[in-house]
Amino acid sequence: MKKFLMTLVLSMGFVTGAQAATGGIAWDKAPNKTNDIVALQNGAKLFVNYCLNCHSAAFMRFNRLRDIGLSDQQIKDNLLFTTDKVGETMKAAIDPRQAKDWFGGNPPDLTLIARSRSAIGQGTGADYLYTYLRTYYPDDTKATGWNNLAYPNVGMPHALWELQGKRIPVYETVQEHGAEVHRVKGWEQIEPGSMTSVQYDEAMGDLVSYLQWMAEPSQNTRVRVGFGVMLFLLIMTFITWRLNAAFWKDVK
Amino acid sequence: MAEFKEISPNASAGAKLTNWFENRIPTAFDAYKVHMSEYYAPKNFNFWYVFGSLAMLVLVIQIVTGIFLVMHYKPDAALAFASVEYIMRDVPWGWLVRYMHSTGASAFFVVVYLHMFRGLIYGSYRKPRELVWIFGCAIFLCLMAEAFMGYLLPWGQMSYWGAQVIVNLFAAVPFIGPDLALLIRGDYVVGDATLNRFFAFHVIAVPLVLLGLVAAHLLALHDVGSNNPDGIEIKGPKAPRDAKGHPLDGIPFHPYYTVHDIFVVCIFLMAFSAIIFFAPEFGGYFLEYNNFIPADSLKTPLHIAPVWYFTPYYSMLRAITGEMVYVLIACVLGGAFFSVVKFKMPLLFKALIVGAAAVVVAMLVSIDAKFWGVVAMGGAVIILFFLPWLDYCPVKSIRYRPQWHKYVYGAFVLNFFVLAYLGTQPTSAVGERVSQVGTLFYFGFFLLMPWWSRLGEPKPVPDRINFVAH
Repeated sequence: MKKFLMTLVLSMGFVTGAQAATGGIAWDKAPNKTNDIVALQNGAKLFVNYCLNCHSAAFMRFNRLRDIGLSDQQIKDNLLFTTDKVGETMKAAIDPRQAKDWFGGNPPDLTLIARSRSAIGQGTGADYLYTYLRTYYPDDTKATGWNNLAYPNVGMPHALWELQGKRIPVYETVQEHGAEVHRVKGWEQIEPGSMTSVQYDEAMGDLVSYLQWMAEPSQNTRVRVGFGVMLFLLIMTFITWRLNAAFWKDVK
Repeated sequence: MAEFKEISPNASAGAKLTNWFENRIPTAFDAYKVHMSEYYAPKNFNFWYVFGSLAMLVLVIQIVTGIFLVMHYKPDAALAFASVEYIMRDVPWGWLVRYMHSTGASAFFVVVYLHMFRGLIYGSYRKPRELVWIFGCAIFLCLMAEAFMGYLLPWGQMSYWGAQVIVNLFAAVPFIGPDLALLIRGDYVVGDATLNRFFAFHVIAVPLVLLGLVAAHLLALHDVGSNNPDGIEIKGPKAPRDAKGHPLDGIPFHPYYTVHDIFVVCIFLMAFSAIIFFAPEFGGYFLEYNNFIPADSLKTPLHIAPVWYFTPYYSMLRAITGEMVYVLIACVLGGAFFSVVKFKMPLLFKALIVGAAAVVVAMLVSIDAKFWGVVAMGGAVIILFFLPWLDYCPVKSIRYRPQWHKYVYGAFVLNFFVLAYLGTQPTSAVGERVSQVGTLFYFGFFLLMPWWSRLGEPKPVPDRINFVAH
């Protein structure tokens, strides 16, 4: 019964971010490139080529990519695989029923994944994704042949393995607070990918930044407007402060 | 009917226009005098007196942004989540309106908690302001209902499961519980019917009640006059007045406190905007991360916690366990024994007290602890209504209360923060014990107030307020 419940809980974990805290290694800090147009465009390319086959971004319209410097024509020529209208939202090519058969659940929508995966005390959703995308390793005990350190027993195979190649974690045992702790020391590359480890990290930084931007496309506008508003309020505060003082000057 | 005022034909156009209106709706002109230009407020208001105006500002922000959100929001379980994302992405400036509304909800509780704390420390609930306080408590209760029902509308995971947990609590009420929960939900689980009725309550019913209560709160306040940090009546029979009969220690609300409040509004808006523009999620406390996942009735999040402003009460709810019920029984029996032995009263009264205690103990034993948790959570708010009749201190303001009273209030605030913190955390053995002690302290603070507030020697209260010219 206990085992059944555990399986149930873990299988739930496939699609929901609600259990982000269960297991997994500490998250690496993701580079923040949400203001870097080149990185965002590269991230968008990686996203459309590698993620969008199975994952949707159902709240994100293709033509919103104009915000990161792409023209409608560029979007049409390079990024539209599942639709021919730039005003459409990003829908996955996969049939949900097939996905369920292959992976045990529907791949979650990724529009808001960078926001929903944040966890108080652990880091931002971007940190999680950056760690997750870089900690896949081959595992024969899994149906897909892959496992992940940030998301143990994940249902998704390593979709980017041809870029990263195959790596296995190297563990070490250390003394921590008087107890023996088994932890990852580094990685051993057992099969090279088309990218070096540095290039791959760079690419994942771009992809994660794109996901972060896609979760809230107005974030850069928001911050920019915010500075203007703050400046206005600072001036208003000064004026109203003096106005108040002028009125109260003679009150005895 | 009021006297029809003639005006010189040589008067300015503005004066003529004013006169035209004054002859036709004199009530508005009287109201302006009563509530603004000739409403005398004490001169010595300090920092703590800005939160009433700010609460009004936030109420307006919530209503105005709410109207614009309703233009694009779809109260339908299949569409709600997507419509919020539509507002965030496709509606021009929709993200700003939505962040103002979501940050406004938290800001409302921040300013209202501070406003209530002001009332608590300066004795603003004491005679003759009992009704002002009671209307205020009713506003707080409405605000909680408003926030709770509004939180369901984005239809995220936390919206859904938070509502599920809270509505299920009503099922713990003996006899009528399950039917009551069904009535609230409109279904056997939280679903489309729940979303629709919560939407109706959130945008129409509760705001109407809220506005009525705010009007009553202000009318009652302006009838009895504002209290002040010294707790001295500026309009009492002995208070000094000028030749026109205006209180010497008072000053017209307009323009003196209006310019003051405009200045404060600017400062408040800076903090408010800083959150909206630079940290709208506020680290996961104002917009919870799980709520960026659409509601799913088949996947229960591992850790369900209410938004920060409800967590102190949520802690009290969780504190009432089976073990805790025995502590409550001991408290009831101890209280009954003490009052029977200590106080002189007719035998009939003593018998009644013993009988009532026996009934309460029997109920505590026979009804599930979960229900008593709900009672504690609700009671924590309801007990505030009785504050005017619990405080027996001879002076109103904390300034003239015995020194150690300040520590009692300090402990009360600290305790409230500890309960709030524990409410955000998953249950733990230590946390449970701490929240149980905290719950006892919270209720003890109020229930024992008739006793402890009398103790100690208050400092002498001056005849006039302390006012230092700016």
